[in-house]
Amino acid sequence: MDLENQRRVKEFTEQYGAENIVVLLGAAEGEAAGLAAETVTLGDPTFAGPLAGVSLKLAVYHICEPEVKAEIDPAVYDEQISMMEMVLDVDDICNEMNAIREQL
Amino acid sequence: MSNYAVIKGASYILAAAPDMVLHNGTTQTTEMVVNPDSEYLKELPKHLRSFDDVLSYIPNQVYIGNMTNKELAATEFPWYDKKAAEPKRYGKYGEIMPQDEFLGLMQICDVFDLVKLEPAFAKSVKEKLTAHGMLTQAQLDILDKNNEGIEEIEKLVNEEHAEALYHDFKLVGAVKRAHDVDVNLSAHVMLENLVTKASSVLAMLHLLKVTGIDPASVDYVVDCCEEACGDMNQRGGGNFAKAAAEVVGLSGATGSDVRGFCAGPSHAILDAASLVKAGTFKNVIVTAGGCTAKLGMNGKDHVKKGLPILEDCIGGFAVLISENDGVNPVIRTDIVGRHTVGTGSSPQAVIGSLVTDPLDAAGLKLTEIDKFAPELQNPDITKPAGAGDVPEANYKMIAALGVKRGDIERTQIADFVAQHGLTGWAPTQGHIPSGVPYMGPCRDDILNGDVKRAMIIGKGSLFLGRMTNLFDGVSFVVEANSGKQEEASAVSEDKIKSLIGEAMRDFAKSLME
Repeated sequence: MDLENQRRVKEFTEQYGAENIVVLLGAAEGEAAGLAAETVTLGDPTFAGPLAGVSLKLAVYHICEPEVKAEIDPAVYDEQISMMEMVLDVDDICNEMNAIREQL
Repeated sequence: MSNYAVIKGASYILAAAPDMVLHNGTTQTTEMVVNPDSEYLKELPKHLRSFDDVLSYIPNQVYIGNMTNKELAATEFPWYDKKAAEPKRYGKYGEIMPQDEFLGLMQICDVFDLVKLEPAFAKSVKEKLTAHGMLTQAQLDILDKNNEGIEEIEKLVNEEHAEALYHDFKLVGAVKRAHDVDVNLSAHVMLENLVTKASSVLAMLHLLKVTGIDPASVDYVVDCCEEACGDMNQRGGGNFAKAAAEVVGLSGATGSDVRGFCAGPSHAILDAASLVKAGTFKNVIVTAGGCTAKLGMNGKDHVKKGLPILEDCIGGFAVLISENDGVNPVIRTDIVGRHTVGTGSSPQAVIGSLVTDPLDAAGLKLTEIDKFAPELQNPDITKPAGAGDVPEANYKMIAALGVKRGDIERTQIADFVAQHGLTGWAPTQGHIPSGVPYMGPCRDDILNGDVKRAMIIGKGSLFLGRMTNLFDGVSFVVEANSGKQEEASAVSEDKIKSLIGEAMRDFAKSLME
């Protein structure tokens, strides 16, 4: 996750409280999604950004995960996400996301 | 039949720049500030390629037209450990210039006496550029004006804030600052801008050769690189286009700069094609030089994975857009995709606006576009850096949208990607990969009858400039010339309708009276 986004996530969490933040990812593949999820939960694994050594333990999901899909109006999901759902390896992304959440 | 502008020809050049990777690529210059003793900086020089390795790198041979995209696609991935069977410096679209000659060309392109080269180095470069055969004697003689030895050059670098120029890890020259306090005329900016100018000049010189056009008949030049030239009172004042046109000898041309991040070239080609179709100009060149900042951009990943530094070349291109000759492929300025302010940023909205919306408006199916040319980044560079295969990702998105529209079946996605896609070969020089590397091969494919219709898609990430979070992009269709040309003197259909209408009104009026 780039340093600017890490900074914004950190600031929003300080402003609104970790319990009020959900991070929604749109990464194009599992590894990138997993790295971003790790950054906002356990801390920046590359130790490069503001979240290095900072464990925010935020709720984090990828837009293509079933839990998120169930929350969204199907017509909107079809218009905005369904094309990428067809392109992405959703199973791989879900596995990576679950693996990070299991460590919390 | 509208009188569309045609693609008369395209040129593509690379300039090897291994020392610039070390000293001017922002990944490296940032590391020097943040972590000067890093392992990466120590390891990096061992990963730089020789000029022969740059020449024999298959994607580079494809870029200058010695090999085809099909040959690249048939080469087992990855490509960094493979070599072209017959690597050549010159190809049908341009060349790969060695770094020392490129430094000489930079001095030839400098009209403010900012570039200094060590005299013996300049002499050897002059010999090579004389053999190169594309520069005038007066231009070559500029290289004789180097009187300052290496001590004076060292002094410029150490005491006068000049940017050092290296070749084979040795100091061979410097670019002086153009002002004492103006940051926009600092040596760093002047070096970046001279590199861009010189690479654009080289591309245009090759374009003149490729197309055979009389330089005096070029009316206008549009530059679409990603640099900005100007002083502190007008940071992006311009005009790279005219500055480069002067060196190339386009005495009858003026020009201007068009910017749009990576989408810049597509915007510029649309502008040029529209200017020609409107009859404003007959011959317009769209050109862009390359970018030192992006050299070795993904170097950390490449070094970590034991790869050579693959981002070691400055890129450039030029395309000649001319009035309809009844032969060359036409640019359908009436089949244009636009990512508008209201489009939204989801990939689905982006691809819809750039690909399917314009095709819908023209009554074309996705499958009626033989080849799509979106961002054509070389996956050999992007995959090890975790950015995936960019063109392939684009093709999958286009295919998925095709499934949603019912143009193809879901099981046909892979076939669609293979048939309508291209394997990426372009250097990751920002604006260079964005659709335009296919303009030259596309012209050939259409003239050969292999392709009837193609779509060029440019996309840009505007957030990088911190002025907007909006995405951007434009696309257009290129197709075979039907051979029909509208007579310039012919009366248009609209005019006939209006004349008939007028006559009918007069007739009706006479009946009333």
